[in-house]
Amino acid sequence: MTAFIIYKALMCIGVFVLCLAAAAYSTLWERKFAAFLQDRKGPSRAGWGGILQPLADGVKMFMKEEIIPNVSNRSLFILGPCLFMVTAVITSSVIPWAKPVMINGQVYDLQITDINIGVIYLLGVASIGVYGIMIGGWASNNKFALLGAVRASSQMISYEIPMGIALIALIISSGGSLSLKEIVEGQDAGFANFIWQPLGFLIFFICALAETNRAPFDLPECETELVGGYHTEYSSMKLGLYLFAEYINMFISSAIIATMYFGGYNFPFAAELYDKLGLADGSVWISLIGFGVLIAKIFGFVCLFMWIRWTLPRFRYDQLMNLGWKTLLPLSLFNLALTIVIEYFRGNIHF
Amino acid sequence: MLGYTITQWLFGILSFLAIMFALMVVFTRNPVNSVLYLVLTFFCIAGHYLLLNAQFLAIVHIVVYAGAIMVLFLFIIMLMNLNADTEPQKHIGTRFIAGIVGGVLLFVMVGALRGAEQLQLVQSGASQIGMVKSLGQVLFTEFLFPFEIVSILLLAALVGAIMIGKRDTNINAKETSNS
Repeated sequence: MTAFIIYKALMCIGVFVLCLAAAAYSTLWERKFAAFLQDRKGPSRAGWGGILQPLADGVKMFMKEEIIPNVSNRSLFILGPCLFMVTAVITSSVIPWAKPVMINGQVYDLQITDINIGVIYLLGVASIGVYGIMIGGWASNNKFALLGAVRASSQMISYEIPMGIALIALIISSGGSLSLKEIVEGQDAGFANFIWQPLGFLIFFICALAETNRAPFDLPECETELVGGYHTEYSSMKLGLYLFAEYINMFISSAIIATMYFGGYNFPFAAELYDKLGLADGSVWISLIGFGVLIAKIFGFVCLFMWIRWTLPRFRYDQLMNLGWKTLLPLSLFNLALTIVIEYFRGNIHF
Repeated sequence: MLGYTITQWLFGILSFLAIMFALMVVFTRNPVNSVLYLVLTFFCIAGHYLLLNAQFLAIVHIVVYAGAIMVLFLFIIMLMNLNADTEPQKHIGTRFIAGIVGGVLLFVMVGALRGAEQLQLVQSGASQIGMVKSLGQVLFTEFLFPFEIVSILLLAALVGAIMIGKRDTNINAKETSNS
């Protein structure tokens, strides 16, 4: 029992640290990547090639003056960023990070928890993620912040629907399990789900962009119209939490896309490679290689997120709603129907 | 711990929190706080579902109530900018009647609970009925007809809501084109 609690606690701390580190270096990578796309150098003064820039940014955020507006709802004003951060981090608890490790005859899953409702849990956390923005925006008692919060919440609610339907199609074609561990293991020997769900992947990816409030869907913090959007009144580390949680969201969304559609820690000819290296099942090295592959996939998607941000202009608000309700929703329903027909002929579902 | 199992402790804590938050929903003056307390109450109830080994019900409870319906409530309250000071003062007669009605409801509920302690409950150990698989199996075989009826009902409500909204926009369009 004690060993189990220690192992779970270590997993939690490990994943938490991983998320924070990944998000911190995403901020640096975003600036470097933008600089690359715009033919600049990017941050290069703090440490070798700007490697200490996230640390400098963090220190700066902590050192700045903290302002809580007099007319704001004080407790909710403080609660907002905390809630946003919490919902950003707890999504990571169902992602399988690598193959189970065998140590002294004991099998350890490298996943915080394998619940058999994993996929719905992800949707649930995504749907309560909007509270952080709404509460923060409303408690600021500022019209721009309120408008940003209202935009954020309506956008997130709208894009959750095609996202959920795309996930239903994915679950049908991946064998009907809601546990992320089983979804990944199903892609172990066969193809990645992406092969059977190209349209579903596209819909899910666009919805993930909208759910994380990344460009071109960053209307809640659209500075040309709304000053700073929902975090107009925030300063110091509370603003830092909002900005930081966005990067955590981006990291976790990439992890979810990699896990669900691109095989997670699996890669083509993995079994052959392990055979050649002479690694037995449950070896630590297999887990490490798998983890490395997953991180590489996540990094690829993070780069894609950034590439899109620095390429596409922002949507107009009516275009955003039209895309969500009039394009993505019918498209995802079509994808669902198509999946059912295909799976019927593949013999995976019976009537 | 004091002769109780962990499950009993969790049940006690969750029940206490659920009732406390439910009371806070009624007693807070600010509608936004009220909604947030209601969300917390839903989380406590989802915790109860988890204790009953009904994972699916718990997560659906959070997705539907806390994640969708309450967000819309909050949305409306924020848009209308309702505050404690904009709350209309109720007439004393209204309060009196509300008190009587509430009291009668409480009386009926307590009356319905009376005698419950004599019921013979069969405890079947760790029930699997709340799991996704078994729930889906039952829902799509034994209870398929009621399930479809409920979905048609929801569809009808959806279409009705859209129709009501649509008629309003037509009237507005006419008024603006007239003026």
